[in-house]
Amino acid sequence: MELTGAEIVVQSLAAEGVEFVFGYPGGSVLHIYDELFKQDKVKHVLVRHEQGAAHAADGYSRASRKVGVCLVTSGPGVTNAVTGIATAYMDSIPMIIITGQVPTHAIGLDAFQEVDTVGITRPCVKHNFLVKDVRDLAVTMKKAFHIATTGRPGPVLVDIPKDVTAERCEFIYPERVEMRTYQPVVRGHSGQISQALELLLQAKRPMIYTGGGIVLADASNELARLVHKLGFPCTNTLMGLGGFPGTDPQFVGMLGMHGTYEANMAMQHCDVLLAIGARFDDRVIGDPRDFARISRRIIHVDVDPSSISKRVRVDVPIVGDVREVLLELTAQLEAHAGSVDKPALDAWWTQINEWRGRDCLRYDRTANIIKPQYVVEKLWEVTGGDAIVTSDVGQHQMWAAQFYKFDKPRRWINSGGLGTMGFGLPSAMGARMANPDATVACVTGEASIQMCIQELSTCKQYHLPIKIVNLNNRYMGMVRQWQEFFHGNRYAESYMDALPDFVRLAEAYGHAGMRIDKPADVEPALREAFARTDQLVFLDFITDATENVYPMVAGGKGLTDMILAEDL
Amino acid sequence: MQHIISILLENEAGALSRVAGLFSARAYNIESLTVAPTEDPLVSRMTIVTSGSADVIEQITKQLNKLIEVVKVVDLCEAGHLARELMLIKVKATGAARDEMKRMADIFRGRIVDVTDAIYVIELTGNGSKLDAFIEAIDADLILETVRTGVCGIARGDRVLSV
Ligand SMILES: Cc1ncc(C[n+]2csc(CCOP(=O)(O)OP(=O)(O)O)c2C)c(N)n1
Repeated sequence: MELTGAEIVVQSLAAEGVEFVFGYPGGSVLHIYDELFKQDKVKHVLVRHEQGAAHAADGYSRASRKVGVCLVTSGPGVTNAVTGIATAYMDSIPMIIITGQVPTHAIGLDAFQEVDTVGITRPCVKHNFLVKDVRDLAVTMKKAFHIATTGRPGPVLVDIPKDVTAERCEFIYPERVEMRTYQPVVRGHSGQISQALELLLQAKRPMIYTGGGIVLADASNELARLVHKLGFPCTNTLMGLGGFPGTDPQFVGMLGMHGTYEANMAMQHCDVLLAIGARFDDRVIGDPRDFARISRRIIHVDVDPSSISKRVRVDVPIVGDVREVLLELTAQLEAHAGSVDKPALDAWWTQINEWRGRDCLRYDRTANIIKPQYVVEKLWEVTGGDAIVTSDVGQHQMWAAQFYKFDKPRRWINSGGLGTMGFGLPSAMGARMANPDATVACVTGEASIQMCIQELSTCKQYHLPIKIVNLNNRYMGMVRQWQEFFHGNRYAESYMDALPDFVRLAEAYGHAGMRIDKPADVEPALREAFARTDQLVFLDFITDATENVYPMVAGGKGLTDMILAEDL
Repeated sequence: MQHIISILLENEAGALSRVAGLFSARAYNIESLTVAPTEDPLVSRMTIVTSGSADVIEQITKQLNKLIEVVKVVDLCEAGHLARELMLIKVKATGAARDEMKRMADIFRGRIVDVTDAIYVIELTGNGSKLDAFIEAIDADLILETVRTGVCGIARGDRVLSV
């Protein structure tokens, strides 16, 4: 059957099982919008800014196993979406971005609303396409979904000139695509896996360090089985939280710049390190030279070969899907005659428990001003530890990561790689659309929330009863903290003056708002808000403006060079 | 250390800019880059001369392999290989310099491919250092213009880079 390009776009989305498209219309995508209008398989969610569309599609992906799709117009539509695309790229989130483009005959002539979309987005997508011939459209859509979801996932952009959406051709959606240039490795090398196992069994001070790769590969059950069988300590990166249960006794907390004392100490002092779906980035291991000061054997499992030996040299590289590798490693362990070095492991746990005894996340519970950590602790209690929690970027993000103990994957949604303020609210929308029965909270700060505040209107239109937990310290707290530590208390431009009345703002958008300024009111307010399951509630918690995130490893320092609350 | 990276990639619009963009985004250096279609018009072959530690070269090959349009990547310097570059050099050729230029071109096995009463264009092929040596050997004041293709390379013996 002959279809127009616009019909092909919509039919391809339907064929991929796409439920929602997050988007914003404009001239170059009008044919596509016209086709969306005529059908009801693929539902469109109208955001209020294209950054919100990209973050919502991203949040939808992160909170489900499905692919988020975003649709924007040429020129400013694309440039507005770039922050969201780069955010997804840094965290390896599978996502499809469809962008309108000026007609093929106008490309390169500085036409109205023309930008070089493929050029602008090239460094922040896994791949992108410009479709100049309608006959290439269906196969390009198929390739886009294939590339986005396989190997190390990532955003893929399809740029479609307006005339291509109007032209017609025969439509057949391919069942599959074969690309000779793109064949991601799935199964890990068995020989390497058995070498890894030998190292693990010889270890005196073993450590398991896992990242977002576990979540992306849906490998948390397989990880838990292995960690429990081995009895080793396990830490997660900021991106990996929920990949291993946060309340498990073998969990030593998050590691890195704001990781726990015990996680960072164990990471530094282990003799065998098993890294899975993590990439040793600067916020995780600090200065790589300092990390290399102590010699340890490193096993690194990752689907992306370029992540291996990028920042630290590894001894046993294993390229493959982390779930497949975990299954095989566990199978080999079960078949192996030997066992772990129990006495050494006991001594190692004694050491780790001594580090744990420092109670590095301790804070003042007697204060008569609301401590932000307390709000997150209560949030965890009130939601039974089972909410989907999104966040923005800053101190509140770190407190959410430290104090909300995520037991399951895809519950913790944050911009770890790019660190994008404005991510929290739109990603919460996407997360809720993907899980219409879930409790969704957005932990944010008064600065971050204002970066995509317009999406409160989208929440109203689509009845998204998100709970916004605003830790309002009147400062760009994380900036203020750095200024306090490293810039002689000179708080340059980090005070948030002229803040809006968030309660009235929420009400103006048709939602409910609450302002809480006493510690005793924190829990009742949370309970009341979460009881209102059909309403978005904006909880504005007036918190201690001077509170800092501890522990902290300053940028460029060694991982064990931690500033602790007790030091001050 | 200098490395010669050979890349087979799909001959598609934008593929070149992906490779060039990768090098600039990740701060890898490019000493020269050549690209042209192969006997298979769907495939182009690119040769990049770069330098860096073993770790950097390992990252470069891994990152190149990640590009969707890249079919294959090899570092020719891992084994015996040939590297050639072509130079066209326009020189003044008057008076005594005219004979001298001809002699130098002969010594370096160059060919004079364009002649006027005052100018020669000399074509010279070889590895980079031979071309450098020619430039060193002639009087700098006589050089009007040079253009070099950048290195292209191929492995010696039965090592073959193909799709
Ligand atoms: C888009 C963007 N701009 C700037 C920054 C730099 N930045 C990091 S944290 C932060 C302050 C965030 O303040 P707030 O949202 O109030 O959170 P708090 O740290 O107070 O919890 C800033 C400006 C960023 N991460 N993202």
